[in-house]
Amino acid sequence: MEANDGMEKKEDAVELTEQKPAANGGLDIDAIQAKLAGKSGKHYWQSLDEIADTKEFRKWMDDEFPNRSTLLTMNRRDLLKFMGASMALAGLAGCRGVFLPQDKVIPYVKQPEELVPGVPLYYASSIPLAGFGMGVLVEQHEGRPTKIEGNPLHPGSLGALDVFSQAEILGLYDPDRARSVINNGDVSTWELFNKNATKLLAGAKKIAVLTGAVTSPTMLAQLKAFKAAHPNTTWYGYEPQDRSNVINGLQTSSGQPLEPIFDFTKANVVISLDSSFLSPEEQPGALKYARDFASKRRVVGLTGEMSRVYAFESTPTLVGIMADHRWAVKSSAIAGIAGAIAEALGIGMIRSAVPQNVNRSHFSAMMEDIRAAGSSAVVVAGPHQPAEVHAVVAAINAAIQSAAVRYISPVNASYTAAGIGELKDALAGGSIDVLLVVGGNPAFDAPGDVEFEKNAKLAKHVIYLGRDQNETAALAEWALPMTHPLEEWGDLRAFDGSVSIIQPLIAPLFEGRSAIEVLSSLSGKPIAGYDILKGYWQQAGMPGTGEFEARWRDFVHDGVIKNSAFVPKTVSNLKTPAELPLDDTTIEINFRPDPTIFDGRFANNGWLQELPAPVTKLTWDNAAIMSMSTAKKLGLTHEDVINLEVGDRSVKIGVFLQPGQADDSIVVNYGYGRTVGGAVATASTNGGVPDPTEGGGVNVFGLRTLSSLNSASGVKITKLNERAQLVTTQGHRPLQSERIVDERDILREVTIQQFLRDPEEVVPEFAFPEEEIKKNNLYVEEVFEWNGPQWGMTIDLNTCIGCNACVTACQAENNIPVVGKQQVANGREMHWIRIDRYYKGDDVNPQVTWQPLMCVHCEKAPCEPVCPVAATVHSHEGLNQMIYNRCVGTRYCSNNCPYKVRRFNYLNYSDNQPNFMTKVRPIAAVLGNTTEERQNGIQLVKMLNNPDVTVRGRGIMEKCTYCVQRINDARKESKKAGRDLKDGEIITACEQACPTQSIVFGNIADKESRVSKLRNDPRAWLLLEELQTRPRTSHLAKLRNPNPEITPIPEPKPKKAKHGEEHGSEGHAEGEAHKEEAHKEESHSEGQTGTVKTEAAHGE
Amino acid sequence: MAQIFKPSANHITQATLMGLAIGVPTVWLAIAALSRSPANTKVNVPLNQPIPFSHQHHAWELGIDCRYCHTSVEKSSYAGLPATETCMSCHSQIWTNSPLLEPVRQSYETGTPIKWNLVNKVPDFVHFNHSIHISRGLNCNTCHGPVQHMQITYKGNPFQMQWCLECHRAPDRHIYKDETRPDLQPRQQVFNLYWKYQTTGLDGLSERERALMLGTFNGTDNPKEREAGKQLVKDYGIKVQQLADCSVCHY
Repeated sequence: MEANDGMEKKEDAVELTEQKPAANGGLDIDAIQAKLAGKSGKHYWQSLDEIADTKEFRKWMDDEFPNRSTLLTMNRRDLLKFMGASMALAGLAGCRGVFLPQDKVIPYVKQPEELVPGVPLYYASSIPLAGFGMGVLVEQHEGRPTKIEGNPLHPGSLGALDVFSQAEILGLYDPDRARSVINNGDVSTWELFNKNATKLLAGAKKIAVLTGAVTSPTMLAQLKAFKAAHPNTTWYGYEPQDRSNVINGLQTSSGQPLEPIFDFTKANVVISLDSSFLSPEEQPGALKYARDFASKRRVVGLTGEMSRVYAFESTPTLVGIMADHRWAVKSSAIAGIAGAIAEALGIGMIRSAVPQNVNRSHFSAMMEDIRAAGSSAVVVAGPHQPAEVHAVVAAINAAIQSAAVRYISPVNASYTAAGIGELKDALAGGSIDVLLVVGGNPAFDAPGDVEFEKNAKLAKHVIYLGRDQNETAALAEWALPMTHPLEEWGDLRAFDGSVSIIQPLIAPLFEGRSAIEVLSSLSGKPIAGYDILKGYWQQAGMPGTGEFEARWRDFVHDGVIKNSAFVPKTVSNLKTPAELPLDDTTIEINFRPDPTIFDGRFANNGWLQELPAPVTKLTWDNAAIMSMSTAKKLGLTHEDVINLEVGDRSVKIGVFLQPGQADDSIVVNYGYGRTVGGAVATASTNGGVPDPTEGGGVNVFGLRTLSSLNSASGVKITKLNERAQLVTTQGHRPLQSERIVDERDILREVTIQQFLRDPEEVVPEFAFPEEEIKKNNLYVEEVFEWNGPQWGMTIDLNTCIGCNACVTACQAENNIPVVGKQQVANGREMHWIRIDRYYKGDDVNPQVTWQPLMCVHCEKAPCEPVCPVAATVHSHEGLNQMIYNRCVGTRYCSNNCPYKVRRFNYLNYSDNQPNFMTKVRPIAAVLGNTTEERQNGIQLVKMLNNPDVTVRGRGIMEKCTYCVQRINDARKESKKAGRDLKDGEIITACEQACPTQSIVFGNIADKESRVSKLRNDPRAWLLLEELQTRPRTSHLAKLRNPNPEITPIPEPKPKKAKHGEEHGSEGHAEGEAHKEEAHKEESHSEGQTGTVKTEAAHGE
Repeated sequence: MAQIFKPSANHITQATLMGLAIGVPTVWLAIAALSRSPANTKVNVPLNQPIPFSHQHHAWELGIDCRYCHTSVEKSSYAGLPATETCMSCHSQIWTNSPLLEPVRQSYETGTPIKWNLVNKVPDFVHFNHSIHISRGLNCNTCHGPVQHMQITYKGNPFQMQWCLECHRAPDRHIYKDETRPDLQPRQQVFNLYWKYQTTGLDGLSERERALMLGTFNGTDNPKEREAGKQLVKDYGIKVQQLADCSVCHY
């Protein structure tokens, strides 16, 4: 594994066999499908493993701490190394200066006026993702940024934040970043470059500038200035995630280049056509959409009108999972479906086709819904759908006069630039003298037929300005280090065009310079970034009234320019396309950005590599995701290695079975398989032994061609005789297992119609009867008699979209380490929050529900009495405290926790981060990485830690603390100010980052607080309440709003007259059960014998 | 058959048992005593600094307020050490050629900060916050000893958890307000005693105040003072039970 590179190879071999059995490895798909069809046992299942229930799986589940013996295979020297002896001496003051180094305290020479040591400062800035800006507030401790949070004033983030922007803080302190100017493999300087560049550019006949997406007004101005200074320049734009179909579709249909933005507060009916508008990797406006979308799904008490969502998609996405009705169809079939919808609305269409697995009457019911909703309906198409689909969707939205969609000029200005296909032609023709690549990584992510590496060498000079030492830097003649967004001045536009500032939090850590500075100096005006930015806005004019200086200060302070969004354009007379692409009858492949490492730019970011993808829960790898039926048809099973052939290119990739995936449709996430990028990006797949020839995951960019950037057909699959190791986090900590006889009330969901009819219906029939809970309670009612706040939290499952923003926020706030692929395989991932994924139904199209779970701070915590050293005790404010310095690592507390929310530091993760333990890679072109500099790397990553939270060493248990550091801070501030704490003053990191505001934290002793009201909501229930743990975190049941024409709303359940009978495991068979004697006592209560078919409530 | 135990076995057994009976408690007590002794806690052990800064000269003889240098003590968890600029605010005009102050001038000119040796430290897993203690009117000497009389700074108290708990479990024994100055805010009470000491001398101080200033105060057991303390605890809204919660300091 990455963490102990001191181990010998043979010990690695032992570890491999002892790891968790490969999820669904070598399993009989028929058996799994049969079990699901028979619906025996529990209502909810978490993974295919659970259904298959093999001997290995049982063995895995039986042991609370699996694979303990792997630690015994370590040799003694490494064991001591990992024990982190220095921790033990923390308290011995007398040793300092004698045989431990004397502690130093170092003040400033000139202390900045606004800086108070120990009090963090917040600065507004923005972080780009594929060119689009996300407004953030960056927390800074003594001049170094430690956490990125959302900027409430920014329309794109509204205070919340996605996983990519949050994890960018780790990118700032990445030891593998580009540090100095590299010229043909030798370290050089900016002066030398500038001298050379002037000569190069002056003598160049043709210059090509390749950028990614550009929304920044200042950057655009610099590109114009560059072009003015060098008239024979062509601007090429390329982003791996291709969004041109959206613009092209609207261009052909309306005559102008446009892109749609949505206002989901006005949408009562949403139809998603292969779109995941809640996913930030697909939509730059995802956070705003999520907030608005959630506001239409939110039900408070018994009031709330839920929107209705229909989704047609090829792979389960965040939208499809939230949908009330979902159909799994191939992405090539979407065109036909769009045509069918248009036709049903009276728009003349060339072609319309509804796939076979979509029931005709259901489709008609959906159309009825749309017609009835009229302008409060909206159809959204995914950006990877062909342009014709977007044209049709625009026509549909126009026909129903949807109020939820607006059209603006494309925010990304690079749609006017030439494409990478044209660049390839120009390069291959030998006409390019200078190729200047600004950002991005085209050598890695360009489509396969562009053959970028080969063609780039045909240019006389290649200059690359980028943050990472990556594949493109390796082939460039001049590889220039670019600053990180937290180190530079600049600006960006959000998804709606709003301008936000990029403000540096720290001077460039290395010798980086920002893109605008480099372009400006290459245009002959070497000015600092701040002056470029301010100069641009002074000259271009800033929206708003008043003096420029005042507006400028507002801009820097707030981080946004108010009212700078693009003005929506009116569109009329939309033409429908002449042709619609045909359905594809072969196996299709879809290329999608990865929900954690995006398009590979975050491949060296440990947080994101280890973050489980929301749907697949896959970490550290990509795979060919397919349905079980397709796999069975091809003779494959989970984790088989296949040779995936698209056109004339092929890759070797593992198979991942995903319930809900459309048949004959394969999804691969691109971004993996980096060969140059840093220790994390190139972590190998075979047990973690670093191997320079293997990257983490598989590079599928080569399979894409210019004509098939998003999907391709005619995929050929050959099974190879190998097994892949695909590591997921689901199934590591189930709340339900074979050992527990009764079905536990882990998840509550019901349709809103049933809920409004009778709130009691939210309680499942297998729930432990309330009277029994009260009867069995041996404890006194009052937990504490103490005059002070009692902390509690609620999590609304109804609005949680499963985006993982809370997981990353918690990791950033609490210094949670990255453990590496091998350790995740052993079930040792350290995320304090996990989002459990529960399936209901069969594997073809299951209903999926998310359940975020972290320490629920039980009032009667089972973990507290069993700690031999009292390291986890209860505070007077209701917190279950974790005292790291007392913990001796017995792990009895985790053993006792029924929620399995405790995390144990098996190894010294905080010091042994893969980022700086792996040895230097032997690639000559990438220098600046001597061993000493590698040693310096450890200091760099430590700068990232939040100083308000203790960093845990080996042998320490940790868990969610309700952000006790924030509670303590707020309490101290309120005491200093002499007032009480206000509701909403303390916001936990997870609450802050959640785009849908599903997490609410506060004082449950205060009847007026938001959390109290939510805790008493009819949907609220305490997880595993029957165990008498009395958790402080309650969950609110999930509601769905199905169309009664499609899914009939079940009749009310008969009221239970007697209790203590277990119906749980026979829930599915209740239809027949009414005839059996065992349930005779049920049938007398109401006159509803034998008529209730509760099956309808559970699936489609 | 041969004897298993030689005659010397008797002596060995005796010696071992005696050794254990004496040795184990001795070692135990030795470690306990040593860990509480100044050898380990460094209480009253002056620590050499790169510049021989004298609190007695600056804080006592010159009467400079603590907060002139330790600026963030009322706002933050750290009290803060003065920036070189703070030293130079006087020493650019006074003692400008003193060889003892050469490191200060060097630091100011080159921009390299002064690396002081840390005297008062708690372990990294303890989060101590100065400002909340100052807002309760706790005089600096309560924890730091007679700083104004230190020529070379030393640690005034062991800073072991037991010592912290003595106050946290019974804050009424330590919390204090100068009754002769009821107009003062708690923050001002912190520094009030120094002025009083300066103007009236030790004789003008009460016995408790004297002990505080001289660093010998270990909490009061006087019932009247404890009553006053209890009243202060109530006035300040100190929740005594919560003070001993682990997560108040360990998080």
